[in-house]
Amino acid sequence: MSDIIAIATRRDVLKGGGALIVSFALASRFSPAFAQASLTKSVATDEVDGFLAIGADGKVTVFSGKVDLGTGVRTALTQIVAEELDVPLDKVTLIQGDTALTPDQGPTYGSLSIQNGGMQLRQASATARKHLLELASQKLGVAASDLMVENGAIKPKSGGSAVGYGRLIGGKTFALKLDKDAKPKDPTTFSIVGKSVARLDIPDKVTGRFTYMQDMRVDGMLHGRVVRPWALGASLESVDENSVKDIPDLVKVVREGSFLGVVAKSEWGAIKAARKLKATWSNWAELPEQTKLFEHVRATKISKDDVTSNVGDVEDAIQKGAKSLKATYDFAIHTHGSIGPSCAIVEINDGQLTCWTPSQATHNLRKQLAAMLSLGPENVRCIYVDGSGCYGRNGHEDAAGDAALLARAVGKPVRVQWMREDEHGWDPKGPPTLIDLRAAVDAQGEVIAWESQFFVPEGAAGNVPLVAASLAGLPHETTLAPGNIIQDSAIPYVFANIRTTCHRLAETPFRPSWIRTPGRMQNTFANESFIDELAAAVGADPLEFRLKHLNDPRGTELLQRLAALAKWEKRPSPQNQSGGGDIARGRGLSYVKYELNRTYVGAVAEVEVDRRSGKIRVPRFYVVHDCGQIINPDGLKNQIEGNVIQTVSRTLFEEVTWDRSMVTSLDWASYPIITFPAVPEVVMDLIDRPTEKPWGAGEPSAAVIPSAISNAVFDAIGVRLRSVPFTPAKVKAATQSI
Amino acid sequence: MTDPVRLNVNGRPVKVAVDDPNMPLLYVLRDSLRLHGPRFGCGLGQCGACTVHVDGKAVRSCVLPLSMVRPKEKIVTLEGLGSLAKPHPLQKAFIDEQAVQCGYCINGMIMQGAAFLTNNTNPSEADIRQALAGNLCRCGTHLRIVRAVMRAAGRI
Repeated sequence: MSDIIAIATRRDVLKGGGALIVSFALASRFSPAFAQASLTKSVATDEVDGFLAIGADGKVTVFSGKVDLGTGVRTALTQIVAEELDVPLDKVTLIQGDTALTPDQGPTYGSLSIQNGGMQLRQASATARKHLLELASQKLGVAASDLMVENGAIKPKSGGSAVGYGRLIGGKTFALKLDKDAKPKDPTTFSIVGKSVARLDIPDKVTGRFTYMQDMRVDGMLHGRVVRPWALGASLESVDENSVKDIPDLVKVVREGSFLGVVAKSEWGAIKAARKLKATWSNWAELPEQTKLFEHVRATKISKDDVTSNVGDVEDAIQKGAKSLKATYDFAIHTHGSIGPSCAIVEINDGQLTCWTPSQATHNLRKQLAAMLSLGPENVRCIYVDGSGCYGRNGHEDAAGDAALLARAVGKPVRVQWMREDEHGWDPKGPPTLIDLRAAVDAQGEVIAWESQFFVPEGAAGNVPLVAASLAGLPHETTLAPGNIIQDSAIPYVFANIRTTCHRLAETPFRPSWIRTPGRMQNTFANESFIDELAAAVGADPLEFRLKHLNDPRGTELLQRLAALAKWEKRPSPQNQSGGGDIARGRGLSYVKYELNRTYVGAVAEVEVDRRSGKIRVPRFYVVHDCGQIINPDGLKNQIEGNVIQTVSRTLFEEVTWDRSMVTSLDWASYPIITFPAVPEVVMDLIDRPTEKPWGAGEPSAAVIPSAISNAVFDAIGVRLRSVPFTPAKVKAATQSI
Repeated sequence: MTDPVRLNVNGRPVKVAVDDPNMPLLYVLRDSLRLHGPRFGCGLGQCGACTVHVDGKAVRSCVLPLSMVRPKEKIVTLEGLGSLAKPHPLQKAFIDEQAVQCGYCINGMIMQGAAFLTNNTNPSEADIRQALAGNLCRCGTHLRIVRAVMRAAGRI
């Protein structure tokens, strides 16, 4: 008997196979049948049944803890399994991020969905395939080595009748551990992986058939809205419920500590109630002055130092150097800026909580919701539903926390949809980054020392505390979780003396979290801009200078291909543009080996700087990318284009603003992002290495964008931009200070 | 509860019970009619995710009060523009160009783009970029979106 079958409460699941399991997963809530399911469906990461089920109809259901946040991994992961099992793509269905059904493969972050999650699926599939061949061998009386798989069926290589997966295992469990010795297919035989398979979700998304989290409705559901404090640290003193008594749809005003929300029968009723509700809050004005942010960062207490690389004796070398350079870089606070504000639905029945959420980390959210409401984690089920792109830990988990408190208060399922100002005001922020760099060059123009100090919050990934739990005074994490932001603080270049230190700060002005390429982007901005400063200081071509100090054949090959792609003209920066009117043109280069152990990216930016207005235009980016084995080339291109464009936006335009109490950039007018006329053309060369491991591609190409632009601006006008965003005011100020 | 509001949505007359004529059209479409095409993005008319056609013009439904919509005006949403079986040329072009990442903004891109193409049969790339300048995308799908509009216009 199949464990899968046991979870379903509906008839015909056995016959229906994959498709019905999906409908179960999407529609079902916590129920007695579910409680049984959670006991029986394996979610173990070391068991084939954790990841795969094959129905009697031969259809394959994949249970993926990694989720598609809009990057296309639903399609890529489906390709990996279809390839390994030799079944057509349309026979494979992927269930994502359901704590009752999918293994905890870690949150969907860090460019690990394919590199880690996909490889677990590949190994599970290889194990399953090996087992299916053994079953077929017994059934057909032919040695497994004399069998072949085609279209989900196994037959003798010499010909003869085939037996389908459905007949071999349909409706039964594998009851197998992942076998690390089960050899995945030879990549040279791939017919699905490595192809630009069209994304599975796009037809529904362009015709209004797709159900996003924001579209989801459950029976008996009410609508909730939150009423946040006017200041980040203000506490709730009193609520005037009379102020909303004329709202006909209102069900309840919910107050718990400083958590305040409204629940109404209709969505518009909830919106109106949230707007009209009068509440008195305490004063609070403890944010640092925005204009003195980096003085504040520099003065913040350091809780520890992480030395991320240490070679030779930097201080000694700097003293002996013929010439020394130093510079300070900073990078503004950014918001995720999801186009769809965060949303969740929570239902609580008999002490069992079901949460529908676009969270990138449903298994972690489950623990957070359980802790907040003092439930056992086994009584919480979080089910992933695609939301708007989140680019990291945005407000989705917080919306889930809000919905949980409101649902508990009214005893009915509640949908919480954040408004725009909730998202811009209360999503956790990418923390400010301050970086001091020093280097020394000897009399022959050789770099003999590189030293850097990064001022960044303490903490790593983990769980970002839920806003609702914090406001309500319910159990929550108290540690900072800015992401693994010390990555790429060390450099890929070889110098005789190197020391890179991350000063981990005990606090940061806003609740931090990770936003695409956390730390790696900021650190690479400083490193790759400063390496350019060194190249300029010794009169070297920026590309030649990097190649000279690189001892990494794969990196060298990448940079050489970048030079060819961008038709790189070898010469030192800045170029001499005599006369030439207001517009100066330049090109700049940047390189990263992501986390110094995986994906390689090189980029060249072309820029046009308007000397008079200080405005920067980026007409074109060239990118060369090596993430090893490519699963879906067009999906990869789509992701890289997105990284380039989003990061041009962050580099040129984006900066959270605030007064002493609250974020003031609460909409798209006050937090502008890139628009169509400013979007650069992106020219790409993807290096495919089918026989290598696939590495992550979600983030790495974003890391090189700010530095490439900064270096291109230097090339154009001889001015270094060391502070993101590169606003016209900063460009003009830098120009005047030469 | 006031009298039901009469609307024409995707070619069909509908009656919707509404107690506040100031409610934006978006909530009727999404909550009363359960349509998924028009999306809530900002509620401020800034991002374009909620765009629908009203008598062929691209309109931001999140800031259009119901009281401003006349019963005979033809409201068309992404669902009414075309279907999987019979997609609008621009919907088909979005599939052909794989012009989606998360897709949350795409309703607005297609509705804005389709309205633009009815009046501009031979647009340049710069024209298209300008026509979509008020629609925000966060994933960075812009280049594909522009190509999709170019393709639907017969320029690719």
